[in-house]
Amino acid sequence: MSTEYEAVIGLEIHVQLSTRTKMFCGCELSFGDDPNVHTCPICLAHPGVLPVPNEEAVFYALQIGAALDCELSPISSFDRKNYFYPDNPKAYQITQAARPFAVDGRLGDVRIHHAHLEEDAAKTIHTGGAGRIAGSDASLVDFNRGGTPLVEIVTEPDLKSGAQVREWGQLLRATIKQLGVSDVNMEEGSLRCDANISIRPAGSDELGTKTELKNMNSFRFIERGIEAEIARQKEIVAAGGEVVQETLHFDPASGELHSLRSKEEAHDYRYLPEPDLVPVVPTQELLDRARGSLPELPAARAQRYEEMGVSEQAALLLAFETEWAEFFEGVLDAGDAIEPRVAANWVTGEFAAELRKQDDQPLAESKVDPAGLATLIGLVAAKKISHGAGKTVLEAMVAEGSDPEAVVAEKGLEQISDTGELEKIVVQAIEDNPKPAEQVRSGNEKAIGALVGAVMKATQGRADGGEVNRLLRRHLGL
Amino acid sequence: MSRSELLAADGAATAALIASGEASANEVLDFWLERAGSDALNGYLWRADRESARRGVAADGPLAGVPLAIKDIFCTEGVPTTAASRMLETYVPPYTATAVGRVAGAGMPMLGKTNMDEFAMGSSNENSAFGPSLNPWDHERVPGGSSGGSAAVVAGGLAPWALGTDTGGSIRQPAGFCGIVGLKPTYGSISRFGMIAFASSLDQCGPLTRSVTDAALLLDVLQGRDRMDSTSVGIEGGIARPSAERLDGLTFGVPRGLIGEGIEGGVLARFEETLLKIADLGGTIADIELPHAGHAISAYYVLAPAEASTNLSRYDGVRYGLRASDEDLLSMYEVTREEGFGPEVKRRIMLGTYALSSGYYDAYYGRAQRVRTRIVEDFDRAFGDVDFVVTPTSPTVAFRLGEKTEDPWAMYQSDLFTVPMSLAGIPAISIPAGLARPDGGGPELPVGFQIAAPAFAEQRLLDASFALEGAIGFDGTAALEGGVA
Repeated sequence: MSTEYEAVIGLEIHVQLSTRTKMFCGCELSFGDDPNVHTCPICLAHPGVLPVPNEEAVFYALQIGAALDCELSPISSFDRKNYFYPDNPKAYQITQAARPFAVDGRLGDVRIHHAHLEEDAAKTIHTGGAGRIAGSDASLVDFNRGGTPLVEIVTEPDLKSGAQVREWGQLLRATIKQLGVSDVNMEEGSLRCDANISIRPAGSDELGTKTELKNMNSFRFIERGIEAEIARQKEIVAAGGEVVQETLHFDPASGELHSLRSKEEAHDYRYLPEPDLVPVVPTQELLDRARGSLPELPAARAQRYEEMGVSEQAALLLAFETEWAEFFEGVLDAGDAIEPRVAANWVTGEFAAELRKQDDQPLAESKVDPAGLATLIGLVAAKKISHGAGKTVLEAMVAEGSDPEAVVAEKGLEQISDTGELEKIVVQAIEDNPKPAEQVRSGNEKAIGALVGAVMKATQGRADGGEVNRLLRRHLGL
Repeated sequence: MSRSELLAADGAATAALIASGEASANEVLDFWLERAGSDALNGYLWRADRESARRGVAADGPLAGVPLAIKDIFCTEGVPTTAASRMLETYVPPYTATAVGRVAGAGMPMLGKTNMDEFAMGSSNENSAFGPSLNPWDHERVPGGSSGGSAAVVAGGLAPWALGTDTGGSIRQPAGFCGIVGLKPTYGSISRFGMIAFASSLDQCGPLTRSVTDAALLLDVLQGRDRMDSTSVGIEGGIARPSAERLDGLTFGVPRGLIGEGIEGGVLARFEETLLKIADLGGTIADIELPHAGHAISAYYVLAPAEASTNLSRYDGVRYGLRASDEDLLSMYEVTREEGFGPEVKRRIMLGTYALSSGYYDAYYGRAQRVRTRIVEDFDRAFGDVDFVVTPTSPTVAFRLGEKTEDPWAMYQSDLFTVPMSLAGIPAISIPAGLARPDGGGPELPVGFQIAAPAFAEQRLLDASFALEGAIGFDGTAALEGGVA
């Protein structure tokens, strides 16, 4: 019998902070501007310059530490990590190696080893060739990004699969987004994730040789990359081989893994304490402010919604997207006695679908406000219009920003409340559709759908589905 | 105002001449520009003209109109700044160092940028890529280093005073060799922003002057917290002009264990005489122990190169300065650094890189840091008993050009007495204590006397130095004409 193997995965996540200025100089942060316009002698590493830490970045970092339930260090300090590369103008990166600002945290079921502050590298573009430095015609450097504040979050190796990494990564992204300290946009690189992956016999405590999967720009790719790497490692071991320590790149287009460098090529970073900076010693007041300023984080919010009766799926959707959660709560505030479960389903279901259908409108630009949606939900709940008519009204609201009651009046969508009138239509429908009527009578209850459809068509959706069903069944002798 | 009167005036006296209207600021500037223009010491790497000397300089200020020379390690916007290296031969900074901004703000025109050992690494000025600066007392001899050019131009009458930097003795040792006053203030009292880094935890700006009063005046202008330098704190209360005449109640500790082998007879004689003068002024002499100071040179030559190895990594040919090859990335790095750096800089980069390498860090850098901590503790303990620690500034008088270039270790020993104070971060001054012939014969040359004080006790240090300076009565006029051809 062959041995079962399990994967052991730890993550290193880089979060670009959305401070106004860079980590150690006064240059503004930017994305997409002309190259090298946000630079100064400090971030270009001219002779004689010195770094000055960005207080806002320190505060944002402490907020992240607090949100990850970390111990915030009473004293943290910076180190130099030395390596030569054109995107690294000082030829050392200022980072926190020995004393990070936050340690021993947890988010969901994953423990956080530590989180530290550092500066981002500039961007190199290799022209000609394959986009790599080898074989390129020239290399260009854009220093706009160089010196952007980064928080690196390092987890314990608590994850076991690509899917778990994707789910947990989404929770982390939502949590940081909720703090408002980063754009957490993976495509633009404001959130970047590296995964350390090894396998071991299931149930073992030992850690196998790990490989590092670098810099993937979506959690879906990370999931696929990790699964591919786990499969690769299992194959190697099954064939009696040994996993070699190396850094890998996953190409989502081909689904292939490429080696970037092996252990032998690994850098000796020659860390040393950064002599140009004094240690960061946050005051109690600052620590309290960082902890006290935390908004309700996604995990807590999802739990609260579920306790209100919202389905788990809708609760998670809302909790991960602050603006949707705010919209949802706006609906609850605007409508009297709207059930949270019903409101959540409308917001995450019909309303979200309608926005997508109509040119993928972002919520922020939607013409529908929470009060309008609350009115619509109220109309449906009070059976003044049918659920189907509600969708028709919503379509108009999303398209034109119309008032729901006006749409109902204008299109005559008010539900037929006169049972006598509805009964006539039902009888007519049975007469017009003898075949399904016969099928129902002979025991095929499913065929009733065709008759319901006919009634709805005749009433232009203004009939209450439950009532139509009841009347049909009576007239068919069920 | 006669030329000899202008030449005889130190910074303070020049300021007084301008303030009283006896000399105009123009007259003073022209005189000194002309002196600087006849530099026979290779003391200047760049010289200003009337216009560039005044660029960015305040019209008023406590020292308005008194020009100064600036070590070519301070970045000056629009003016070449080379750190005496081929690497930066063509470099013109886009910004100005805080220290330079401060002297300009006090109204002081810049005469020029002075020669130095490349990236401040050296004790003789022979490591300048642009040739050594010469000692105005004897052109066959070194002015000391690394602020050799600054010391030479002040002693040789090519500038009233100058800015230098001191990492392990780079202000004090050349001041001693050239017979002038050199002050290394407490680490953190003057901003390092814009000062090209050698060893960041040790580098400190300071004045090289003809008198203790001048050192005090410049320090007061230079010191202060700077938001561009997180490690700067300034000196609380600033610095007042020293006026003490006596040393009553003050105790001067002599670390006898340190002052032994390798010290020249003449140097030791001047040192002992100066101790007697201290006693004459009412001061007390006491023997003290600095048990770990003997390891200071070893620790320093691990720590300083380690920091230097990372500080100098930015000279890679990518953004400014020399780019010697653009074949491919690796050759750009290698050839640029091969051609751009001189041998001593390369030696220290290699030493420092090795000391920080994985597997060696604890044995070298870690251990050197622990020695540094012990030395700090040694001084703390000593200052529990005494007010000052005194030593000769250097074991020898100025040596001949080429005498020690083949033996780095012998050259490093020249910092024997200055390095412990640098590691401890405390202020120390060198004042001229007379002349002496080198062992083995030669001309009479200046001997420096070093006084060190606890951190931020600059005022006390300058007061005591002022009193002692008066008692010594050193006359440096013999060198003043040694600077011009």
